[in-house]
Amino acid sequence: MVVPVSYYLALSIALFALGVIGVLIRRNVLVILMCIEMMLNAVNLAFIGFADYFKAVDGQMFVFFVMTVAAAEVAVGLALIVAIFRNRATVYVDELNILKW
Amino acid sequence: MMDYVWLIPLFPFVGFLINGLVGKSLPKNVVGTIGSVAVGLSFLVTVCIFFQFLKLPPGARAVEKVVFTWIASGTFQAQAAFLIDPLSLIMLLIVSGVSTLIHIYSVSYMHEEEGFYRFFTYLNLFVCMMLILVSANNFLLMFVGWEGVGLCSYLLIGYYYEKQSASDAGKKAFVVNRIGDFGFLLGIFLIFWTFGSINFREVFALAAKYPVGAGIITAITLCLFLGATGKSAQLPLYTWLPDAMEGPTPVSALIHAATMVTAGVYMVARCSALYSLAPISLTVVATVGALTAIFAATIGMAQFDIKRVLAYSTVSQLGYMFLACGVGAYVSGIFHLMTHAFFKALLFLGSGSVMHGLSGELDMRKMGDLKKHMPITYWTFLLATLAIAGIFPFAGFFSKDEILLHSLVDGKAIYWGIATAAAFITAFYMFRAVFMTFHGESRVDHHVAHHIHESPPLMTVPLMILAGLSVVGGFVGIPLIEGANVFRDFLAPAITPVAFRAAAHPTATFELGMMLFSMTVAGLGIYTAYKMYILFPDLPTQITEKFRTIYDLVYHKYYVDEVYDTVVVEPIKEGSNLLWTVVDAKGVDGVVNGSAGIIAYLSAHLRKLETGFVQNYAFAILLGVVVITGYLIGR
Repeated sequence: MVVPVSYYLALSIALFALGVIGVLIRRNVLVILMCIEMMLNAVNLAFIGFADYFKAVDGQMFVFFVMTVAAAEVAVGLALIVAIFRNRATVYVDELNILKW
Repeated sequence: MMDYVWLIPLFPFVGFLINGLVGKSLPKNVVGTIGSVAVGLSFLVTVCIFFQFLKLPPGARAVEKVVFTWIASGTFQAQAAFLIDPLSLIMLLIVSGVSTLIHIYSVSYMHEEEGFYRFFTYLNLFVCMMLILVSANNFLLMFVGWEGVGLCSYLLIGYYYEKQSASDAGKKAFVVNRIGDFGFLLGIFLIFWTFGSINFREVFALAAKYPVGAGIITAITLCLFLGATGKSAQLPLYTWLPDAMEGPTPVSALIHAATMVTAGVYMVARCSALYSLAPISLTVVATVGALTAIFAATIGMAQFDIKRVLAYSTVSQLGYMFLACGVGAYVSGIFHLMTHAFFKALLFLGSGSVMHGLSGELDMRKMGDLKKHMPITYWTFLLATLAIAGIFPFAGFFSKDEILLHSLVDGKAIYWGIATAAAFITAFYMFRAVFMTFHGESRVDHHVAHHIHESPPLMTVPLMILAGLSVVGGFVGIPLIEGANVFRDFLAPAITPVAFRAAAHPTATFELGMMLFSMTVAGLGIYTAYKMYILFPDLPTQITEKFRTIYDLVYHKYYVDEVYDTVVVEPIKEGSNLLWTVVDAKGVDGVVNGSAGIIAYLSAHLRKLETGFVQNYAFAILLGVVVITGYLIGR
């Protein structure tokens, strides 16, 4: 059974929108990081969908790259969060606002 | 020997360096000796070169010695080079000779002064610059000397800098000279623009190709003459010279009588090749000279400060020199320059000697009957006065008579009339000074009176030498007899005569008559002074009472200073104030401060965007993405 490409894209858009909303409204840095992961994976899904539709492997290759980058990003991001937590004893972004006017 | 011409300005420069750098810790005698010897050596070298120069045939009497190339930029060439020709040699002899005497005089005269070394430092620098001025082979190097002597003049007028009037006078001299120098500099620019060279001989050779009355030559000469009016204290820029008497008396003698102020005359004579092509400029020169001669002479009649009398006399005599140049008698101008250097330096040094004897008194109303106390000063002063009055056979007679003659035969009757009137006034006020100072009853203050004394030999010997020169100095230019005017024949190669009108050849009888007439005029002036100040000492007061308004006008120097103050100085001050308080403080500062204010105001509001919340920034990014994407899609 063939899944139409529009299904893939609809799911991808829904996931991406959820990720964006999460990034914008959640307080917890860990959740924000997870939402970013979700956005990345939404994009991955779109790549897969298109790869299937065009019968080409380019999209699948890109997914590997994105996953690599995402892994690295999580490593750096978590390290930063740990460092911030040690300094400020908080992971809520609305309390991390000293870089302002 | 001529290869060593660069030594002439070098000696005083070395003296300047030594006295300037270590003079403070040297004893006064050493400082004075260094200063005098440095200038004396220059004089010696000049004399040697002069005698070697005389051996050259008259056709080859112009030698250029290049020391090094100073500026070479494209077609512009300026060399540090000296031009030895009759004109520069005469000037070198006058400058170094008179300077030497005045240096020796100063050693004694300035001995009590605190800044003794400072005085000799400036004086040596002055001599160095003056020698460069008169021996330069191009306009730019001449300008260096021209500015250098101006600087030294400023420094020496303000020598007593703790005195307000002295430092003001120094500033005045400097600022007024700037106006003239501006013209001089414009003249040099024009010369380079026109001829592509600033070397005297190249310029003059190229200028000969221009027709008489060419506009550009007239412009150049008028610009140069503006410089001359500043440096040589002519109308309308003469006001600084009388004030310059605030400086020590040897300075007045050397700079403001004998040498520096004659630089303008020298420059006009040097540029005779240009002036002779510009009839309009010559008329301007002659007119300014004649007017200055009579104008300053009349002021001199009513002054009581002995140095101011001499100062106005200097202005007046410089007017004579320019009158001579203006009618094309450059040689007579230089001749008078030379004799004037002798007798005017002597007059100033004599007045210095009087001041020395009277504990610094300058007011002639507080002098009188000094003849028996200061015989040497009296006799030398009298000789110089006879010379300036133009009495045969003293130096001034020959030179002044030549100017009077030429102003009639080469110029206009009006020039001659003015010059003769000025000669009468000159004889009058100079003898007025002599009578008030040395004759009559003593009006000296009591506490000064008992230690009036003749000056020491170090001062009187230069007086006597200068007196000798004032007596015999004129005999180098004997008129009438063919071949006896060695001065004219010597200078001839360096001067380009006026060619656009036929040279006048007055008969011997006519010349003789002129001489007798000018002698009579001078005699009348002397007699008038004798009558007023010896026979009837009450007469001057009566006359001043009778002609109160005229007297006041003359006594206050025609209110020229006041007029300049209200017409020029005050408006400039007001204008500067306006520029400062309105244009600068409000306009320029306003623009700068205003733009800073606007930025500060805007940023005070814009910075509110920087909330510090990461999510606000993320939202901004999202917005940006949406907008750009929307644009790309909807395009």
